[in-house]
Amino acid sequence: MKQWIAFKNIMLKDMRSYYLKPPNVSWGLVFPLAWTAMFFVRTGSGLEKAIEVLPGVVAISILFGTTSMLAVTITFEKKNRSFERLLLAPVSLELLMLSKTGGAILFGVVNSFVPVVPAAFLTDLTQVEWLTVLPAVAMIAVVSTFLGLFIAVSVSEVFEAQTFSNFFRFPMIFLCGLFFPVADLPVFLEPLSYVLPLTYGVDILHGSIHGQHIFPIWINFFILAGFCIILFYFSLKNIHRKWIL
Amino acid sequence: MQASAFANKDGYSEQLITVSDLTKNFDNVKAVNKISFNVGKGELFGFLGPNGAGKTTTINMLTGLARPDSGWINIAGLNCSKNPKAAQHLIGVVPDESNLYPELTGFVNLCFCASLYGISKKERISRAEQLLADFNLEKAGNRKFNTYSKGMKRKLTIAAGIIHRPPILFLDEPTTGIDVASARHIRGLISKLFNEGTTIFLTTHYIEEAERLCERIAFIVNGHIVKNDTVANLIQPIKNLKTLLITYTNLAGNPEEKLNKAFPEFEFLQESNNQIKVHSEKTISIGPVIRFFEEQGAEVTEARQLNPSLEEIFVEVTGIEADAMKNEKNDGKL
Repeated sequence: MKQWIAFKNIMLKDMRSYYLKPPNVSWGLVFPLAWTAMFFVRTGSGLEKAIEVLPGVVAISILFGTTSMLAVTITFEKKNRSFERLLLAPVSLELLMLSKTGGAILFGVVNSFVPVVPAAFLTDLTQVEWLTVLPAVAMIAVVSTFLGLFIAVSVSEVFEAQTFSNFFRFPMIFLCGLFFPVADLPVFLEPLSYVLPLTYGVDILHGSIHGQHIFPIWINFFILAGFCIILFYFSLKNIHRKWIL
Repeated sequence: MQASAFANKDGYSEQLITVSDLTKNFDNVKAVNKISFNVGKGELFGFLGPNGAGKTTTINMLTGLARPDSGWINIAGLNCSKNPKAAQHLIGVVPDESNLYPELTGFVNLCFCASLYGISKKERISRAEQLLADFNLEKAGNRKFNTYSKGMKRKLTIAAGIIHRPPILFLDEPTTGIDVASARHIRGLISKLFNEGTTIFLTTHYIEEAERLCERIAFIVNGHIVKNDTVANLIQPIKNLKTLLITYTNLAGNPEEKLNKAFPEFEFLQESNNQIKVHSEKTISIGPVIRFFEEQGAEVTEARQLNPSLEEIFVEVTGIEADAMKNEKNDGKL
């Protein structure tokens, strides 16, 4: 019970302090929407393409919404030593990091529905399998957050975390089948798509929103769960190795 | 000082912290080298040494922020070498630099710190309000932490360290870099906590502070504990030594040698250009010394008796001048 009081308060503190601030809103909301607008302008596609674009926009909203603030909630707090206060608390490191990432996961889930609202007015969403979309959104939020966590605990400076995040995030826009099918990528880039977790999340979204997907849904979920475990495990290992000297 | 039940060699019936052969290396530097000590329940134990001596590294190992390379830590019967988090519910830590959240108010910072220890909301609010009052920070409670002065920051950091009422408190250089009034207030708060029964492990590089606050002190230099004893025992060798500090004017050169020849029963040591110290086991008769200065054409402006202090012992044991330690962090306010 005592650990859960700590868990809840760490998460709420981060959400109040960081997630509802203007920089995060710009990264998490404005950027994905601007990217989508750019896609429509560049390809000259009409609104009939909106349903095909929706999985990519949802995924990019989650990706940027979750990863943009971890450099602050983790790396900055480590740098200014307030993270030490958390490490000194009688809370297990696993629960501590889940509470530090919980806010990002929730924010990512909320973010994912921002493009869904206008899409509901612009196109027909009746064929969408919401019971698959919802867990897929949650899994993408978790895996993206843990990717952000892994980056945040691998560096010591905030600017390094931000730069390193972009090193992963921007290529993922092109490589994970968000707007262009993985099969259309050059042969030498295609294998790269399959080592990126977002590919599997986006595949579920494509399948449940407009019916086109590469892998069976359960395989995608299984692989995403594997990525979550691996990223979280190595993040904790990095904290032990680099922060608890 | 609080009366203690002397039951063993350290004077405490129950050891709350036991450290044995603790070692920590950073690359090729031995930050802490096989140190061993005990801290009794209800004791105020001082760790005195210059910067880089290994004080903070020791605290970090004891509190779970650093892993020892070897050695053994036991806090309240819990093996913290194996599980550094085992005793974290029993300890409060006040680091050498404030580590609260700059964007949160003082009050919210305290409530948040209390929540980390699983304290209920109602109790968190009550304790935070009480601590703000105790630390004279009531008016600043709703101000963001980053608007606080250094002294206020340090006070709030101490308040955050004790909000869960820990029986053991680690204080790392609690008065470094803050103004005289705040330092005095903080020393008062430390004494109050000690008198209320909190076991305190205090690191400092201020000899006077250690002597004034602590019951027992360990001198740490280059990662080694070179002396560990009660303040009374440490001062014992110089307890009967009488010391006078003479200030004079109008005398060129160093009179030390002439004075030592003229008064072989005393020991004279030049302190500065116009000050000389006189040591003796017997009562020092000042008249003949003043006359000596007058015969040299000088004038004695002040002759002040100094009480035996830990400083002399520290200098003798460690070879480190006390002034050098005071100036290390560019303040030395006491």
